Amino acid sequence: MAEIKNYTLNFGPQHPSAHGVLRLVLELDGEVVERAESHIGLLHRGTEKLFEYKTYQQNIPYFDRFDYVSMMANEHAYALAVEKLLNIEAPERAQYIRVMYAELTRILNHCLWLGAAALDIGAMTVFLYCFREREDIFDYYEEVSGARMHAAYFRPGGVSKDLPEGLLEKIQGFTERFPGYVDEYETLLTENRIWKQRTVDIGTVDREAALAWGFSGPMIRGSGIAWDLRKTQPYDVYDRMDFDIPVGVTGDSYDRYLVRVEEMRQSNIIIRQCIEWLQKNPGPIKVDDHKLTNPSRASMKSDMESLIHHFKFFSEGYHVPEGEVYAAVEHPKGEFGVYLIADGSNKPYRMKVRASGFAHLQALDYMCRGHMIADVVTILGTQDIVFGEVDR
Amino acid sequence: MSEEMAQNELEAVAEVVTLRKRFGDQVLSVTQSVDCPVVTVARESIVDVCHFLKSEHSYDQMIDLCGVDMSEHPSRAEGDARFLVVYNLLSIELNRRIRLKIGVNDRDLVDSTVEVWPTSNWFEREAFDMYGIIFKHHPDLRRILTDYGFEGYPLRKDFPLTGRVEMFFDEAQWRCVYRPNKVENRVLIPKAWPGVDRG
Repeated sequence: MAEIKNYTLNFGPQHPSAHGVLRLVLELDGEVVERAESHIGLLHRGTEKLFEYKTYQQNIPYFDRFDYVSMMANEHAYALAVEKLLNIEAPERAQYIRVMYAELTRILNHCLWLGAAALDIGAMTVFLYCFREREDIFDYYEEVSGARMHAAYFRPGGVSKDLPEGLLEKIQGFTERFPGYVDEYETLLTENRIWKQRTVDIGTVDREAALAWGFSGPMIRGSGIAWDLRKTQPYDVYDRMDFDIPVGVTGDSYDRYLVRVEEMRQSNIIIRQCIEWLQKNPGPIKVDDHKLTNPSRASMKSDMESLIHHFKFFSEGYHVPEGEVYAAVEHPKGEFGVYLIADGSNKPYRMKVRASGFAHLQALDYMCRGHMIADVVTILGTQDIVFGEVDR
Repeated sequence: MSEEMAQNELEAVAEVVTLRKRFGDQVLSVTQSVDCPVVTVARESIVDVCHFLKSEHSYDQMIDLCGVDMSEHPSRAEGDARFLVVYNLLSIELNRRIRLKIGVNDRDLVDSTVEVWPTSNWFEREAFDMYGIIFKHHPDLRRILTDYGFEGYPLRKDFPLTGRVEMFFDEAQWRCVYRPNKVENRVLIPKAWPGVDRG
C-alpha cells in the first residue's frame, strides 16, 4: 500500500482572506487541518521601540495605526493610561464625547468585520451594505478631527476639539436610521441557510478554553462568559450608560456573529444616550491645565503665557511622573490594554500594548484542528483579526 | 503616616496575605501601583506562584506578559536585575487584577508559564524576540515578530532605533540582501526631566 503523507499548504500572505499579512502553514490530512501554524510579524513596525523615542503627545497618532479599523478605541486606552499616571480626569463633556465616539468606532469596526467575514465565506452583498454605513461614520470622524480614519482625537486630558455645530443632529439622524440597517444585514445572514451551514458549530470554544487562551471581548462573550470591561471595570462615563451585553451559548462562529450584531444595536443605544446629554450640557472638553493640554488658538494670539505654554507643549511636551500603570478598554475586538512605565521624563520609558488579536490568533491552531480547510477562513474571519495590532 | 497606612492596607489584600504565608521570603516586595497591587517574586518560584494564584485566587486569565529593559531607568539601584518580566493577571470571577514581576539578568533562565496558561506561549516568544529573555520548558521558543533570520534584540536599550541593517534588492543576484545601516538617528526633541537646566 502506498504511504500517505500529510500535505503542507502555505496560506497567505497574499491570500485575500488572510486579512492582510498572515502567513499560515497548514498541515493537511486530505482536507482536514491537522495543524495550523501562524507566521506573524509581516506588518511589524517596531512601534513599541518608537514610543520610547517620542514624547507623550507625539505618540498619540501611532495608536490609530494599531487596529486601523477602530482608531479611536486605541487612543482611548492610551489617554486613560496617561491620565491615570498624571492623576487627572477629563472633564465630563469630554468623557461623554469619548464614549460616543468609542461606540461609533465599535459600529465602524463591526461593520467592517461583518462585511469582510461574510465576503470571506462567500456572501458578497453584505460587504457593500456595511461599507455604506462606514462611510457615514467616517464623515463624523472627519468633521470632528479633520481625518477620515487616523483621527488622533482622544488626547490625554480630554479630546482635541469640541464638536462642530450641527454634528450631533447628524449623528442623531444616523442612530435613527441605523437599527433598520442592522435589520438589513440580518435578513441577509441570520436565517440564511448557507451562512448557517458555514458558521454553526465551526470553531467552537468552550468556557474553559476561552479563559485559558486569554480571550476577551466578543470572543469570550460568544463562549458564554458575561464579561465586558464597560460594565465590570467602567471607565469614563460608561457607568451612567444603560445597555445590555449579549452573551452566546455554544461558543461557535455563529454565536460570535450574533453577539457582534447585537453589540451594534447596543452601541447605537449608548450613542443616543450620549447625544441627549451632550445636547444639554456644554462645557470644557479638556483639562484646564495648559502644562498638559494645548491652549486655545485665540488665547495664544493675545496672551504671552499661552504662547509659551503652546510652544512648550508642542516641543518639549509634558512630564509624566515616575510610575507604572496598566489601563484597558473594551475595544471592539476585546481587551486593548496599555502597560506604561514612566520614568518622570517627557517620553515613556516602556510602553507595551496588549492587543486582543494577538491572543485570539494564537488560539487559531486550537480552533482549527479537525476542521476542513474552508473553515479556517470562517474561523479567522470570526476572530476579527487585524494585523496592525497583532504585529504592532 | 498615610504612606504607612497605605502599606498596611496593601498588606491586608487577600492575595498578598496568602502569597506571603505560602511563599515567605520568595515574595521580595509588594507595592501598590495606580491601578493594582504589584508583587515582585523570586525568579525561581514564578511558576509555583502562578499556579497558586490561578487555583487559589482564580486568576484564570493571563492578560499580558512583557519584558522590560531596566538598564537606563533612573530608579534602578546598583545590583538590580537588568530585565523585568511583567505578568498582568486578571480574575474574571472576582473582577480583580494583579501584576507579578521577576528580575532577570542576561543569561538567566525563566521557567515558562505555558503550563499554567497556554496563552503565555506567544507572549513569551515575543519577550524572547524583543529582549532575548530565555524561557525554560517553553514548547516552541522561536522569534515571532521580527524577520526570519533577524539578529539582535530590538527592544533592548542598547539597540539603535534605526536598526543595524537595511534591506535592498540586489539586481545582480536578483534577490533581497541586507547591508549595514547608514541611517543616523535624529533626535528632534531630547529626553528631558522637569526642572533640569538644559543650558
